Amino acid sequence: MEKDQDKLLNDVTSGEYKYGFYTDIETDSIARGLTEDTVKLISAKKSEPDWLLDFRLKSFRQWQTMKMPAWANLKIPHIDYQDIIYYAAPRQRPALASLDELDPELKKTFDKLGIPLEEQKHLAGVAVDAVMDSVSVKTTFRETLAESGIIFCSFSEAVKEYPELVRRYLGTVVPYTDNFFATLNSAVFSDGSFCYIPKGVRCPMELSTYFRINAANTGQFERTLLVADEEAYVSYLEGCTAPMRDENQLHAAVVEIIAENNAEVKYSTVQNWYPGDKDGKGGIFNFVTKRGMCRGENSKISWTQVETGSAITWKYPSCILKGDNSTGEFYSVAVTNHHQQADTGTKMIHIGKNTKSTIVSKGISAGLGQNSYRGLVKVLRNASGARNFSQCDSLLLGSRCGAHTFPYIEVDNQTAIVEHEATTSKIGEDQIFYCNQRGISTEDAIALIVNGYAREVINKLPMEFAVEAQKLLQISLEGSVG
Amino acid sequence: MLIISNLNASIDGKSILKGISLEVKAGEVHAIMGPNGSGKSTLAAVLAGREFAQVTEGTVTYMGRNLLEMPAEDRAREGIFLGFQYPIEIPGVSMVNFMKTAVNEHRKYKGLEPLSASDFLKLMRDKKELVEIDSKLANRSVNEGFSGGEKKKNEIFQMAMLEPRLAILDETDSGLDIDALRIVANGVNKLKKPDNSTIVITHYQRLLDYIVPDVVHVLYDGRIVRTAGKELALELEAKGYDWIRKEVNNS
Repeated sequence: MEKDQDKLLNDVTSGEYKYGFYTDIETDSIARGLTEDTVKLISAKKSEPDWLLDFRLKSFRQWQTMKMPAWANLKIPHIDYQDIIYYAAPRQRPALASLDELDPELKKTFDKLGIPLEEQKHLAGVAVDAVMDSVSVKTTFRETLAESGIIFCSFSEAVKEYPELVRRYLGTVVPYTDNFFATLNSAVFSDGSFCYIPKGVRCPMELSTYFRINAANTGQFERTLLVADEEAYVSYLEGCTAPMRDENQLHAAVVEIIAENNAEVKYSTVQNWYPGDKDGKGGIFNFVTKRGMCRGENSKISWTQVETGSAITWKYPSCILKGDNSTGEFYSVAVTNHHQQADTGTKMIHIGKNTKSTIVSKGISAGLGQNSYRGLVKVLRNASGARNFSQCDSLLLGSRCGAHTFPYIEVDNQTAIVEHEATTSKIGEDQIFYCNQRGISTEDAIALIVNGYAREVINKLPMEFAVEAQKLLQISLEGSVG
Repeated sequence: MLIISNLNASIDGKSILKGISLEVKAGEVHAIMGPNGSGKSTLAAVLAGREFAQVTEGTVTYMGRNLLEMPAEDRAREGIFLGFQYPIEIPGVSMVNFMKTAVNEHRKYKGLEPLSASDFLKLMRDKKELVEIDSKLANRSVNEGFSGGEKKKNEIFQMAMLEPRLAILDETDSGLDIDALRIVANGVNKLKKPDNSTIVITHYQRLLDYIVPDVVHVLYDGRIVRTAGKELALELEAKGYDWIRKEVNNS
């Protein structure tokens, strides 16, 4: 019976990647390789102030002393950091006043991705910052948001228009010395989104950033900085895709979130980078550092991620629970099919009193995919009354994939309560047959079971994206009959 | 409706069904009885399209079509329903979602539009009443944490939802107390229509007190060794299966 399953798996592994096209657009890119001059060149291209150039150079020097981390449960091929282009921008006229001036090819690209850049056409109530390769090409609804004092723009614009805000918060949650990839990002980051929600403002619409890698041989290093001032609320979503290529491409982003007193930030990710083909050729290497700081009392940061893409994912969206009574949440569905590998999870650092954290991680492995959950729950000495609940489930489809769990728990306060639950299950042939016997085809049965399994996490996504995520799960697992 | 002719099937090379022939006409209730290991469940599995049993010889014609060529989901959509001896648990999938998918797949097959949410919920309510199933069961995951009796009632509930032409109930009475047995049997009887048929597979006679068969077959060692009216079931109850065993072995 095992043999039949494997045969089925072999027969039909044609989950198609819909976003694999490439846009032929004139690109302004710099030469391959990374030296101090590269860093200076990127900074000069963006006419940055000296303090930011200093930040980059400090980071670069630090990075030169660092080694790529090897502790993850991943087989990472050699990456030649001198063979990557660190800056590539679609060439367009400067000072983009209205959408009419946007390159039609660029507009078409985002239309094709289902991200229309015209405000009237867009999903009601979602503002988008569209980033292609190294630069932001368009941010919608900026004016509407500005009416409530919300700043939502590309990182480069923020540096020019709100240098004090950027300077106050940049690197405060993820310091430039943090880790190999974050440090690399700090040296060469090109663009990204900046968002500031002022005191007492509830952001009236979903904010989102859409990342697109287009140019070949290019790495994408974007930076997102999100600040929710006292009593503010924002829900933020990011999506991402890339063309199908035989070469691997590097994506090393940094996301920093700051939540002040009574502020709440919900950050959702639907990650759909090109995963490589069914033989494991090509695909994005996704090495991302995401961290939120609950700085204020009663603040809350919630991460929700649906990870279906990338050849390799290395990502641990974390919360530092510094303010008393602050809350951190992490909800994750990670799918690995074919040759994909994921080592993902979270860190919850309890510093303040009565801090709470919840971790729900659902791994799905199919084909030859390897899926690891790695999580740290750390309760510091003064964090009396800290509470954590973790649940890590793994679902296996077929007999050649793998699921691994690496939970770390460090507790230095006697009053803390930390719970950890874990399960591993397999979609059984008998479950599929039961569905078949009720008239449900095998593909639909798998989708039903997988969606049921992931429901708890999918439900945390904003509604429009929950539907999208469900479809994505289905496509990612197409053909992976177990 | 169903014509089985000289059906031979094996599991992992071991011959289980050894030349079964029987015909079920529209509106009939057939009981298949027999000792453990006689091939009753294998017969049900072959009819439903479970692949672990390999058909080596013979034919099965259902509504004039070659049943053995149809994939399991098409057999279901054509009106064959299997009540499982051991219903399967599917964690995370609610009964509502499961049934909605199933009902709408059946409708799609017939070229009908999917049911609206409110029509579907109304249908569920009606059928739940019909089979006296606890309303809360429908909000839980498919069979997860159900007691043995709840699982069997849930099978009858699904049967009510899907309105099959041919229901095959595989040991639906096993593990039921007398009250649950009565509810399950009542459900089956209420769902009975002049043009649909039922095959009741059972080890014991007691279910047949409630679901009265037109024909009783005794399956022994992969063969049908006796076929008669409902009185055969009573005879078996009184004498056990040993006399059948002896008779077959002597002949």
